[in-house]
Amino acid sequence: MREVAIADVPKLPVGPVGRQGLGSWGMGTLIATEAALFAYLLFAYYYLGATAQPHWLLEPHPALKLAVPNTIILLISSGAAWLGERGVLQRRRGEALAGFGAATVLGIVFVVIQYFEWHAKPFKMGASSYASLYFVTTGFHIAHVLIGILVLMALFVWTALDYFSPRRRLTVTAGAFYWHFVDVVWLFLFTTYYVTPYLGFGQ
Amino acid sequence: MRAPDFRVPAVGPDNPEHQARLLELWEGEPGLKGFLSTVDHKKIGIRYIVTAFILLVLGGIESLVMRWQLASPNAHVLTPDQYNVLFSTHGMTMIFLYASPILSGFSNYLWPLMFGSRDMAFPRLNALSYWIYLASAIFLYVGFLTGNGPNDGWFNYVPYATRDYNPGLNQDFYSLGMVFLGTSTTMGAANFIVTAFRTRCPGMSINRVPMLLWGTLTANVANLLVVPAVSLAFFLLWLERQFGTHFFDHSNGGQPLLWQHLFWMFGHPWVYAIVLPAMSMVSEGLPVFCRRPLVGYSVVALSTVATMILGFGVWVHHMFATGLPGLGLSFFSGASIAIVFPSAVAIFAWLATIWLGRPVITTAFLYFASMILMFVIGGVSGFMTASVPVDWQLTDTYFVVAHIHYVLIGINVFPVLGAVYYWFPKMTGRLMDERLGRWNFWITFIGFNLAFLPMHLTGLFGMPRRVYTYGPDMGWNTLNMITTIGSFVLALGVLLFIVNVVKSLRTGAAAGANPWDAATLEWSIPSPPPPYNFGVIPIVASRHPLWEGRLTEATATSSLDRGFLLDEGKETMGTSALDAEPNMILEMPEDTLAPLLLTVGVSILFVGLLLKLWTAVAAGAVVAAVAIVMWLWPRAQLREREPEPAQPPQREPRHA
Repeated sequence: MREVAIADVPKLPVGPVGRQGLGSWGMGTLIATEAALFAYLLFAYYYLGATAQPHWLLEPHPALKLAVPNTIILLISSGAAWLGERGVLQRRRGEALAGFGAATVLGIVFVVIQYFEWHAKPFKMGASSYASLYFVTTGFHIAHVLIGILVLMALFVWTALDYFSPRRRLTVTAGAFYWHFVDVVWLFLFTTYYVTPYLGFGQ
Repeated sequence: MRAPDFRVPAVGPDNPEHQARLLELWEGEPGLKGFLSTVDHKKIGIRYIVTAFILLVLGGIESLVMRWQLASPNAHVLTPDQYNVLFSTHGMTMIFLYASPILSGFSNYLWPLMFGSRDMAFPRLNALSYWIYLASAIFLYVGFLTGNGPNDGWFNYVPYATRDYNPGLNQDFYSLGMVFLGTSTTMGAANFIVTAFRTRCPGMSINRVPMLLWGTLTANVANLLVVPAVSLAFFLLWLERQFGTHFFDHSNGGQPLLWQHLFWMFGHPWVYAIVLPAMSMVSEGLPVFCRRPLVGYSVVALSTVATMILGFGVWVHHMFATGLPGLGLSFFSGASIAIVFPSAVAIFAWLATIWLGRPVITTAFLYFASMILMFVIGGVSGFMTASVPVDWQLTDTYFVVAHIHYVLIGINVFPVLGAVYYWFPKMTGRLMDERLGRWNFWITFIGFNLAFLPMHLTGLFGMPRRVYTYGPDMGWNTLNMITTIGSFVLALGVLLFIVNVVKSLRTGAAAGANPWDAATLEWSIPSPPPPYNFGVIPIVASRHPLWEGRLTEATATSSLDRGFLLDEGKETMGTSALDAEPNMILEMPEDTLAPLLLTVGVSILFVGLLLKLWTAVAAGAVVAAVAIVMWLWPRAQLREREPEPAQPPQREPRHA
């Protein structure tokens, strides 16, 4: 292992520069623990589904009319957040604001459509273990989406105040990272609740 | 003038002028505001230790009341309901509110000092995790004091915990309190992980870190991944009780065993999380008193990590008696037995360290060395119950109670008491009284073994755990009386410990920087350490920077008196994760009230949830949101944003 020679130390960044900084590690640990939370929620689903009596699913072929477009909306929103971050990186404030603004609006649209999706379900939370899991798991996700929307709004405001530069922008990178995570989690939830029934799980 | 974004960190010798400058930068405000707003890891660490110790005493008093009840058959000190609440509160207190926070306290205090750094990676988060720990402990104890303590054991099985069987607020206090406490544990875990990887001083590569890093880091990686399981379980239980969901009730497609799976997926790694850092304290302190390095540093470090990796796959051994399929039981039994190997590595490494060293018998040494014996006893009884047929015989008897107490008192409380004797001089500048220490140790040691060694027999003779009394002709009378006497002797030992702490705080001999002639960096600075810890960030060249003259392991010499000055703000060195090469200058936050305000908000929110006062929930959420915005608003001081748009240049007259 190389020894640290005092004379060798080069110029070091002072505080977070680029994506380097403790904030990235902090966001990494947050995402690890949140991912674990969703993993346990999915464990509960597969465990109860695998040990349940036949006809456990209250909706054997879940309606995809709202869920599929909503998934696409969330994915586009992730793309918009990425554009926002790129705007900051390339010093194009207009593009950054458009990106964060669009991501926020699409996030809100996702929440609204999810609200209608909940109402369109032919069962309520207290109907069975399946119903409880469906509403609580998607509810946990919506809670994360709402927090993500607040994060995107904060990034919008701070970008409007011209706080960031390509060098000082770890907050932006971390916030966008969180939003991508919320989207990826949804893909797991969507696969579990909307796709696996068509593959025969829980029938 | 705008500070540069990059600079070469200045190197120089430590000197009084430089230290005065650092003191001005790092010293907190005096008075109440300073007390409430501090982010100093040393103050927070000591708060953790003191709070956890108070909870240890409370949990101990609860156990004495129970032992009074169990001293003789058919006693009427407690009603069955009171007994239920007491043994559950005792478990909750010791396992959740004492055993983990006390270890967080030590690592919180010690890590930056051992790493040659000036604070934890996230000082404000550190303050927040302490305040939340305190608030959740108060929340849970308010439940107990208003007659609503937990009453279903610390692992709280359904269906007894559900509303049909348990209509009071007891389980709501416990469920919400545990979710509340879980946030503190998780934030602490994140902080430890980042601190371990990014703030070690230059040269402290991953093969040179103090042993305490291994235990605490491993435990906290586990916490980060498993605490969500228990928080989720308790949250689902609260929903089940208050909002009519069906996760756990069989008649609507739920599964009572879902609770047990979620709980023990958390619970077993947690058992390691509350012993591995304590084992690391022994690996840290024992060699100092044997006057030689720990034997087998690398294998002990690796076995620590291996224990935890295996520990993720053994949770079902808590569920052997639930009727799961035989193949599954065999797998989990095999995995549980395999944990013997990494545990034995640590045991033999400690024994070899004593054998090859020249032991100096101090109170701390006695606590550390006696832990090995109790680890073997607790380990063997654990190994026995890892076997499925033996477990079927012994499950829910006092044998298991004896096992858990050998593990938790033997491997947690004894190392912690030893650690207090060992590091008290660093924290206070005074040595603890050795003569009183001997009395304290032997009374504690005899009391503990008198109480819990015969308890194995009580279990083998068939006494079930968690019964509030027993008949006179079961053959358990004498054994129970011995256990009760032993537990009071143990309590006397702990009382003597407290007497020693109080006495030594006032009249203890001055310790100096390195009273034990130890090898790690915390002993290179004054006792107690100044607010900035290190005048210069040292550069280390070996595992034992203070023993380099005597050992031949180092290829170069560490530089402790000359190092990085980092005095242009509240600064410390950020280094790379494995090689610890300097790669950034970290700007550390000032003291702030935001963590306390956030705790107040979240506390209001949890009280609101408990009482279903939705306006309180909303108010708490608003307070919390304000605190978070205050906290996260990008600051120029922390270089989180560009400074204000350029102002007219203000040039000061230059003195050449």
